[in-house]
Amino acid sequence: MTSTAKTLDVSVWRSNDTGGAFQAFAVPIQESQTILDVVAWIQQNEDPTLAYRFACRVGMCGSCAMMVNGKPRWTCRTHVQKVISGNKIEIAPLRNLPVIKDLATDMDPFFDKWVKAEGVFHPSKTRDDAIEQIDPTSHERTEADIGIECINCSICYAACDAVSTTEDYLGPAALNRAWTLFNDAKDSGKQTILDAVSANGGCHSCHSMGSCAEACPNELNPMASIAGLKRETAKAFFARRKS
Amino acid sequence: MIRPHRSHPLWFAFILHRISGVALALFLPVHFWVLSLALTSPERLDGFLHWTDITAVKIAEFALVFLLAVHLCGGLRLMALEWLPWSPRQKTLAAGAVGVSVLISGTFFLQAI
Amino acid sequence: MTDLWLYMAQRISALVMAPLVLGHIAVMIYAIQGGLSAGEILGRTQGSFGWALFYGTFVVAVSIHAAIGLRTIAFEVLGLKGSALTVFAWVVFLVLFVMGAQAVYAVTAT
Ligand code: SF4
Ligand code: SF4
Ligand code: FES
Repeated sequence: MTSTAKTLDVSVWRSNDTGGAFQAFAVPIQESQTILDVVAWIQQNEDPTLAYRFACRVGMCGSCAMMVNGKPRWTCRTHVQKVISGNKIEIAPLRNLPVIKDLATDMDPFFDKWVKAEGVFHPSKTRDDAIEQIDPTSHERTEADIGIECINCSICYAACDAVSTTEDYLGPAALNRAWTLFNDAKDSGKQTILDAVSANGGCHSCHSMGSCAEACPNELNPMASIAGLKRETAKAFFARRKS
Repeated sequence: MIRPHRSHPLWFAFILHRISGVALALFLPVHFWVLSLALTSPERLDGFLHWTDITAVKIAEFALVFLLAVHLCGGLRLMALEWLPWSPRQKTLAAGAVGVSVLISGTFFLQAI
Repeated sequence: MTDLWLYMAQRISALVMAPLVLGHIAVMIYAIQGGLSAGEILGRTQGSFGWALFYGTFVVAVSIHAAIGLRTIAFEVLGLKGSALTVFAWVVFLVLFVMGAQAVYAVTAT
């Protein structure tokens, strides 16, 4: 942690359509430096062709996630001194997603699965109806509230081994979203959601290994949301047998 | 195999559950075959059972009982997590599952020697 | 729907087995005292309808449980898919079921 060196040994993944490799850079150490600062410094001072993605720089937009020393992290809010090992930092594109170039991944599969999990609002009213009154202390609402602060950063998706092994697994973020909507009194698609998450590649492909919850920068717990979906699908399974 | 994104207690609980499950599944056919000897050649069954007096075999048996206990406890933890809304203390529960399994298999071992 | 079915069969067989495993471990701890012998085991189990039912249920549940578990691993780790995966799961189930049934018969029949 207390390194006396003036520069950091940074290795950054560089790639294009034909393949890739890590490239080494020496980056001056600065106070309160974030991983995103390091990447930006390289792009501004060493190689303007380095491709990466960011927008807000304050942990709101979810676009800056990368693998840092093997763990997926939001780089704009990850301080170098917290994650450095020796004097080295390895920065790579997010796991489990196709890479477009260098550190920029193609996030389409992540968002496509979001829709496939029915993680989209299913309105129950028209503009002519009165606004529904929601009791903020109800069980459903508190359940939904726990999971709504997701910034779509795909960090959980990159941490999840079920995503790597099961190609069509919807993944933690999409299922977490489906669970918040399932608990939303204003959403009319409960059965649609249950059907979507019961299909192959749905919530039953999750092995509750908790890497998603461990990695989520907003301290959400997709594993618990997925457990909720498993519980509801199991209930529906028994209910359907009875009727 | 243990990469940085996996080094946390619940991933270890997962891999322990998976490895113990595979080991038990591989052991079962042998177990069944030895027992069926009771019908076809009882002397050979007794021959096998005498092996269980050897210390090395006792340790292997201890390992098997541990695997069975850990797969049971880990499985019960999983069912509690998924079907009863018991998420928050998962790490403690996972550690507890291993602890209880050591206790059960330890008892078995003490009785065996 | 297969994922949901397999998941449910996996959990239900697990629930069935939980008390059986505890019973099995208890019997083992009791039986191992003073060493194992064929006579002792068979003396307990032969002709006993209760033990036949106990271990018979156990064999059915474990065959289902292990077949589904190994199927998942074959898919995730070995990349087995489609009908190969289905055949694999059935083979595991049948091998365990047939061998298990033989074993139960061998120790409980008189
Ligand atoms: S708990 Fe489920 S979703 Fe989360 S990392 Fe594990 S398998 Fe993936
Ligand atoms: S659940 Fe957490 S890690 Fe996953 S996308 Fe949302 S904010 Fe990112
Ligand atoms: S740049 Fe927006 S979250 Fe990091």
